[in-house]
Amino acid sequence: METILKVQQLTKRFGPLHAVNQLTFEIQKGNVYGLLGPNGSGKSTTLGMLLNVVNPTSGGYSWFSNQLSTIEALKRIGAIIESPNFYPAMSALDNLKLVAKIKEIPLPDYEAKLRLVELWDRKDEAFKNFSLGMKQRLAIASALLNDPEILILDEPTNGLDPKGIRQIRDMILQIAESGTTILLASHLLDEVEKICSHVIVLQKGKMLYNGKVDEMVASFGYVELACESNDKLLPVLHQIPQVKEVKSIASGKLKAILESELLPEEINKICFEQGIVLSHLEWKKETLEDNFLALTKSE
Amino acid sequence: MRRLLSIELFKLKFSKSAKVLCIIYFLLFFGTALFSMIRFKFGDFEFRLADQGIFNFPYIWHFNTYMVAIIKLFLAVVIVSMVSSEYTNRTLKQNFIDGLSKKEFVLSKFYTLLLFSFISSVLVFSVSIVLGLLFSDYNEPSIIFSDLHFILAYFIKLTAFFSLCMFLAILVRKSAFALGFLFLLLIFEAIVIVSLKDNFPWFSKFLPLESMANLIKEPFTKFNVVKSASTAMGTDLSRDVNTYWYEYLIAIGWTVIFIFGSLNVLKSRDL
Repeated sequence: METILKVQQLTKRFGPLHAVNQLTFEIQKGNVYGLLGPNGSGKSTTLGMLLNVVNPTSGGYSWFSNQLSTIEALKRIGAIIESPNFYPAMSALDNLKLVAKIKEIPLPDYEAKLRLVELWDRKDEAFKNFSLGMKQRLAIASALLNDPEILILDEPTNGLDPKGIRQIRDMILQIAESGTTILLASHLLDEVEKICSHVIVLQKGKMLYNGKVDEMVASFGYVELACESNDKLLPVLHQIPQVKEVKSIASGKLKAILESELLPEEINKICFEQGIVLSHLEWKKETLEDNFLALTKSE
Repeated sequence: MRRLLSIELFKLKFSKSAKVLCIIYFLLFFGTALFSMIRFKFGDFEFRLADQGIFNFPYIWHFNTYMVAIIKLFLAVVIVSMVSSEYTNRTLKQNFIDGLSKKEFVLSKFYTLLLFSFISSVLVFSVSIVLGLLFSDYNEPSIIFSDLHFILAYFIKLTAFFSLCMFLAILVRKSAFALGFLFLLLIFEAIVIVSLKDNFPWFSKFLPLESMANLIKEPFTKFNVVKSASTAMGTDLSRDVNTYWYEYLIAIGWTVIFIFGSLNVLKSRDL
């Protein structure tokens, strides 16, 4: 698989604060990556360093296996950071023309990009008169202008109304389906869950998880059980090979976390054979949110 | 170079304030020229500035470049605002993300201010030559084209001054503060010059604004009317108003410092 970006030991310090701490990851072509973390976890700083606007304290990164200088690489990337930044007095179309000049795009297709984000009808309006949703859409059109090999988005739905959020998400999914690699920074879990195939979790500048979203959404789930006497139930559960861990939880139930597939009816059967009658049996799957909170809590 | 210049001019094309200030600048340019052609009538006494010999070749080169350089402040405001608006609109960051290098950014601004200086120099040359041909008492080509070094001095002076404006705008990011800084620098230099006048008079030549001022020194004491008046009054006002080669070098040196200073500030700063 083609490596688009390789990050090694990337670190940024602001005084005593480690905004980004020894970050190492790779981005492969064709995947949709989520950079997930609470506010202030170093997502924007990381993207800032990758996009040459923040100077790393140590460590480094290379675009496209070092075949290009960072500046040349940036011309093949589409990126929007935080708020959409354009020249307020210029029209949407003129702003895109300027971007094309900067990126040295030989034959930019303004109409196709503006139609994609539904702004073609308003192409001659000044940027300052746009609503936030329209500004964000223009930013996406601008980022797509060079048919980038990777699209980098930083909190693209921040501050938008539900309709705007939906619109942007649909657009990103559409772009992802066309095979464009995407790196999406967000603090919204369900956004990452809905859009991304891979996720990198950051907390206080440290990477806590790096892998596929489905693998992080813990695998086989867990089972909540209860019976007359939990003391009898406990050793039985421990004997089941698929059970990784058993915990007592509130409301007098036991929680058995599974490490491989085990159907609820099988658990029921095992317990019944051991002479235990369950009064409660419920199979649950953890959400990304549970996992995320579990991950970030342990730190 | 053409790409960078076209990027910057494209940005300027849509800036209303830049357009208005440029128009004011060029109106003032021609206004000063026209003003001196007006006849004032005080009863029977008729006075016209143009007839007093200020438009005589080659004196006109000195006089016009000196006077017109004063209104460079209007273009300075354009330069400061074209840099600081990149900060306030946060388009600077977006430019870098889109693949404009920091060096290219500084160069695109520098080429634009070179263009401003060049156009101003061409204009001051054309206006002077027209006024001179209309009013000068001497019209021999050898006299007309003597002392043309004032046009070169004017070009270097403007370039150095605009580079300083660009540097200040990149350094402090806000246009009002940048212009305030410029004003403070002026006061600071005045204090330094006065306090070092007796012991280290040569030092003031190295101050940035003073070095630019030294490129075209005041033309008034050279003016015939003033000269004859001063000799009539028995005081000798004549001063050394020539420009020396090292004075060009100092101003060019500052220009280089400002350009590389701008680049350094941009490189070391996180956006």
